[in-house]
Amino acid sequence: MKTAQVIMDTGAHAAALAVKSARVDVVPGYPITPQTSIMEALAAMVENGELHARFIPVEGEHSSMAAAVAASAAGARVFTATSANGLLYMHEVLHMASGGRLPVVMCNVNRGIFAPWTLWADHQDSMAQRDTGWIQYHCSSNQEVFNTILQAFRVAEQINIPVMVNFDGFAISHCLMPLTLPSQEDIDRFLPPYEPEWRLDPAHPSSFSNVTNAPEYAPFRQMLSDDIMASIPLVKQAAQEYKDITGMWDGDTIDTYRLEDAEVVAFAINSMGAELRLSIDILRQQGIKAGLLRPRLYLPFPAEDIITALPQNAQVMVLDRNYNFGHPGGILASELKSVLFGRRNDITVKNRVMGIGGIDLTRQFMAAEIRAMMDE
Amino acid sequence: MATSIKKLPDIEQVLSGNGACGGCPATMGLRIVGKALGSNAIMLLTPSCSVASMGMTPRLGYNWPCINITFASAGSSASGITHALEVMQEKGRLHGELPTVFAWVGDGGTYDIGFQALSGAAERNDNIIFFCYNNEAYSNTGVQRSGATPRGSFTTTTPTGKRQPKKNMALLMLEHNIPYVATATVAYPGDLYDKVVKAKNIPGMKYIEIQAPCYLGWQFDMPETVQMSRMAVRSGAWLLWEAENGKISFNNPSSLIISGKKDAAPVDEYLMKQGRFNRLLKGPDAESRIAEIQGDIDREIAFIRERAKITI
Amino acid sequence: MKSLTKAYRPISWPTKGAGGDTGSWRTHRPVVDTQICNKCQICWVYCPEAVIDRQEITIDYRYCKGCGVCAVECPTGAISMEMEE
Repeated sequence: MKTAQVIMDTGAHAAALAVKSARVDVVPGYPITPQTSIMEALAAMVENGELHARFIPVEGEHSSMAAAVAASAAGARVFTATSANGLLYMHEVLHMASGGRLPVVMCNVNRGIFAPWTLWADHQDSMAQRDTGWIQYHCSSNQEVFNTILQAFRVAEQINIPVMVNFDGFAISHCLMPLTLPSQEDIDRFLPPYEPEWRLDPAHPSSFSNVTNAPEYAPFRQMLSDDIMASIPLVKQAAQEYKDITGMWDGDTIDTYRLEDAEVVAFAINSMGAELRLSIDILRQQGIKAGLLRPRLYLPFPAEDIITALPQNAQVMVLDRNYNFGHPGGILASELKSVLFGRRNDITVKNRVMGIGGIDLTRQFMAAEIRAMMDE
Repeated sequence: MATSIKKLPDIEQVLSGNGACGGCPATMGLRIVGKALGSNAIMLLTPSCSVASMGMTPRLGYNWPCINITFASAGSSASGITHALEVMQEKGRLHGELPTVFAWVGDGGTYDIGFQALSGAAERNDNIIFFCYNNEAYSNTGVQRSGATPRGSFTTTTPTGKRQPKKNMALLMLEHNIPYVATATVAYPGDLYDKVVKAKNIPGMKYIEIQAPCYLGWQFDMPETVQMSRMAVRSGAWLLWEAENGKISFNNPSSLIISGKKDAAPVDEYLMKQGRFNRLLKGPDAESRIAEIQGDIDREIAFIRERAKITI
Repeated sequence: MKSLTKAYRPISWPTKGAGGDTGSWRTHRPVVDTQICNKCQICWVYCPEAVIDRQEITIDYRYCKGCGVCAVECPTGAISMEMEE
């Protein structure tokens, strides 16, 4: 490990620094709160020569992702970022990125979606992209945002599947936290240059996007589904090698805190995961054997790791920052129940939706909620 | 003088036995474009006839690397590719002459759903050639109205003839202040060839619109594709012009019409040849509706004649 | 470029006959009268299918769709459209 540098930085700027150190080639971008700061930072880095890349100031998010997938098909390493309705506007092109097996990496700075308008965080935006064939990480701190973007590029390019790195608007994107920057030499060792196995090349003219008959279409969709599942070992490997090189660890598919002997397990993602550590401490002080299981990887859902990690007979309190419309409660709870069914009948799952539209989730509030859920 | 037929290059980028209809004006035009661009190019398509024409996996009817992208995004995707190539060359990962990046898009993907992305790419002056092959309707899905469908034309979504005039897309692109805009049509291959060669050698955004009479959509006889294209120009319903850095010049025979040296043929004859105006021509208000169409044409001629006088 | 160890995408490669043997679509076949033809190449330039040899003015009937544009455009009337059997 070479000398690292420690600074104070926002999550959005940490993301931009990670993108810079990933040596990306093309960054299409369009402003939307709270993601805008990432684009501003990258545009400035390109302009002042810190980052040798092209910033494409597109006229909308649909075009942002369209430019990203096309640049990726041309052989470039590509990054973009968005939030909320911008992500929804991209929806169609997200499918092209995954179906086209184009390893674009994107930050989604989580924000509740219209209507009514809100500027603040919840997870409805990225959850609504569940079935687009992207790998989705959720980060709990600025440092984790930085680390995960580098891991995301590596996983994406290994398996040709795009990766979305999610983190909460404002709570992470706009808050200053200490940030350790590994040396560029270490990052280059971790993330080799992108060498696509196929690209748009007049020396070898070909197309991947002709109309296909069902006998061709179906196997490629099956392969995408299989490969998304097959990314789990790559995610673990990336986290481990990142740790070996930089010394930093945020968890791999999951992150846990005081889980081993826990009788009550908080289950949540994104910035809630950081605050929940403090809630767990509060509960422990109150004599409750509480622990935390935070999936870092939302898609593919790390079923085996969750099943293995949950202590015997635990009550799992799923704190969802989204609605699973048409079902009671939130989406994470449904995902978890489907994974546990028939595998871990000893586990009880309880669920609350909270933090919608940026409602503040303090450690005291979440500790109290978990306590209340125990009595339900 | 436009390049003569015998001087056009041999190279064929549109391969025989592709999936296009017989007499297809899009492949006819694309063949000439291929002769001008050569093989060192990357092609973008959006859902349109030319995607149907390119054949089904694993066979490709064009001799370029091709990418079919989402309908709304030819302009921005072309930007993505051109920036990727340029930066990869700067970083030493690509060598030699960079490929020409071109979008080959129908009028729906240009005038309608693709307008925003095209406008953005033009405003950024990204280094691409955007071709609109304009068959004046959504022909691939069975002929529905588009923003390029002229007034009076029958489509499956304008069963009594379209009531509104078409947009003047080429003029809209001209007012994006891009370095090159041209119109062409398949009956004048030398003119089209010259325009594409010119566009290829100009950095920045180039827009070339090729009028492409579609016998299915326009309801004329299949062998008459070129005849129809020629009649469109002779009647003034389609004008051949180009603009370098905003300065318009007209190409023969449209230049004769604009300068008043030759009268445009009355539009009636052009309309009569096409089944898509049939219902209109048979109705009791035929005369006034033909007059409306003639009025649209006269207005466009008058407008562009005046616009061409602005040379600063 | 790395070797293609795994085809992640349904790749298509340029080939004649991407739409099949499109000559089978034809109802009428263009026949060139070489006595009349002056090899002006107008038929070649307008052929949407690139099936006419510009020097010999011969037609690749495997792919010619029989649209008849060549016959209409031929200035000498050297091309006639004959009904397929």
